[in-house]
Amino acid sequence: MDRAIAIQVSHLTKTYDGQPAVSDLSFQVYSGEIFGLLGPNGAGKSTTLRTLITLLTPTSGTASVLGHDTVREADVVRQLIGYVPQERAIDRFLTGREHLELLGALYHLPKAEATKRIAELLKLVELEEPADRPAKTYSGGMKRKLDIACGLLPDPKILFLDEPTLGLDVQSRLRIWDYVRMLKARGMTIVMTTNYLDEADQLCDRLAIIDGGKIKTLGSPAELKVGLGGDIVSLTLKDRSKIPTLVSALTGQPAMRAVKATPGGLDIRVESPEKALPAILEFANRLDCHLEFIEYHRPRLDDVFIAHTGRSMTESVQDIQVV
Amino acid sequence: MAQYWQEIHALTMRWVRRLSREKFSMLFTLVQPMLFWLIFFGNLFQRAADVQVTQAPNYISFLTAGVVVMTVLNNGLAGGVDLLFDKENGFLERLMTTPIHRSSVILSRFIFVMTITSLQVLVILGVAFLFGVQPATGLLGVAAILMIGMLFGVGLTAISMAMAFSVKSHGDFFSVLGFLSLPMIFLSSALVPLVAMPAWMGFLARFNPMTWAIDAVRPLILSGWAEALPHVGMVVVVMVIFDALCLYGSAKAFRRAMG
Repeated sequence: MDRAIAIQVSHLTKTYDGQPAVSDLSFQVYSGEIFGLLGPNGAGKSTTLRTLITLLTPTSGTASVLGHDTVREADVVRQLIGYVPQERAIDRFLTGREHLELLGALYHLPKAEATKRIAELLKLVELEEPADRPAKTYSGGMKRKLDIACGLLPDPKILFLDEPTLGLDVQSRLRIWDYVRMLKARGMTIVMTTNYLDEADQLCDRLAIIDGGKIKTLGSPAELKVGLGGDIVSLTLKDRSKIPTLVSALTGQPAMRAVKATPGGLDIRVESPEKALPAILEFANRLDCHLEFIEYHRPRLDDVFIAHTGRSMTESVQDIQVV
Repeated sequence: MAQYWQEIHALTMRWVRRLSREKFSMLFTLVQPMLFWLIFFGNLFQRAADVQVTQAPNYISFLTAGVVVMTVLNNGLAGGVDLLFDKENGFLERLMTTPIHRSSVILSRFIFVMTITSLQVLVILGVAFLFGVQPATGLLGVAAILMIGMLFGVGLTAISMAMAFSVKSHGDFFSVLGFLSLPMIFLSSALVPLVAMPAWMGFLARFNPMTWAIDAVRPLILSGWAEALPHVGMVVVVMVIFDALCLYGSAKAFRRAMG
């Protein structure tokens, strides 16, 4: 199936002081889809996004948005896109309406059209009532809604969202997801970064898992999970010293696709649990490994992440925070 | 061109709105130079200052020129602060993703800072008037004072904005600001005429553009056109060079920040 290409990234590399933030990224975003860039902090998601919205110039490689180069035709690109930044980029002294009026002028909208569009947007994000209060009186969720309204003001073909639900309470989060789905239903192309697995899973049509400045894998959440091949059996052992023994015994057995040691036991990717489970139990018995806990589940996005980056998403997020 | 004007107008009005929402901050900004320097300092040193040295009827009338230029200095040096906050909270980034001329942001700031500064200078001259200081060159002289203030302010605001774009944190910005402001004032003819300064300070003060501005504003207030004109001519030349250097030095930081 041929689909219209909204964004084309070719061999994009961006280095800071010789350190690559992203290296040799190539991918496409199709018109009308929600495309996610998933990865831990510092993975290169924001660098990629900021290149697409013309804030960064690639060190090498190119990016084009709706056929326009993000460097040479930056002004054209800026007319076509909307951006919702990660920080609450709000002027606390201005009211919600004044934010939108300012942007209306910066997108050169005629006054009458700006007024009409602002009224629609305030209604859409449910900020009509507080629209004329200074933004410093807004809650986190309200600021986020205003951010989104700002991103939508130019009536963009493509909307870029940087960590749209970072730090929001559950309710606001679900509300934001609703908006994103509704915008997609209206035909808008959406590109978002996230380091929440569930968000990527729930919302994105396709996603690229980025780690260390490189794309590790790319596809729809379902494809990525199926691509792992099989379901996952997790064992927790009473005696951890037995883990290596069991790993080497199970590795290469017919029903096991991959065997991996975890801190408390083993993760085994299996083709079909009916064949694998009896074999696993038999080996465990024979080697005198007492099982504390057995869990069996379909692959989750976290498993995809681990399979492609060698570590868990949550681990790596914590790593960054400790540093 | 119409688009350019639409951008600049909207961005300038944003600064005005912000100021009007910060009533306290506005009040203090306006009142501080008059209260601290003109009224307190001016009256305090009334008898300590030698009329033979200041060559003025009283110390307040001598100090008025200094306070006017000090206000230009402080407003100019602080001119980038709001852009610094915009940079830190991501608002600048939002502006930069819109299809505006990059220079609109900078220009709006110049227009705003120059307007506020001019208003403040007028208020200072008004308060000085209440203390009996009548500009010897009249309204035309006041206009000349405003022009000198703007010429000096452009360069200072440019430096301040460049610094706002370049510093790593706003702590750095305010440290540099605090370190620049007072020495600039002490090493100028704002409080004491050059001839009455210790030789080494007087020597350094000669290289301070502030001294040139004050030495032109002072005769406009105290003496009259005959004495003031050569100084005014001179300060225009000095300030054009000063502004050119500041703008040239800042252009790189602007380009880097604006992409």
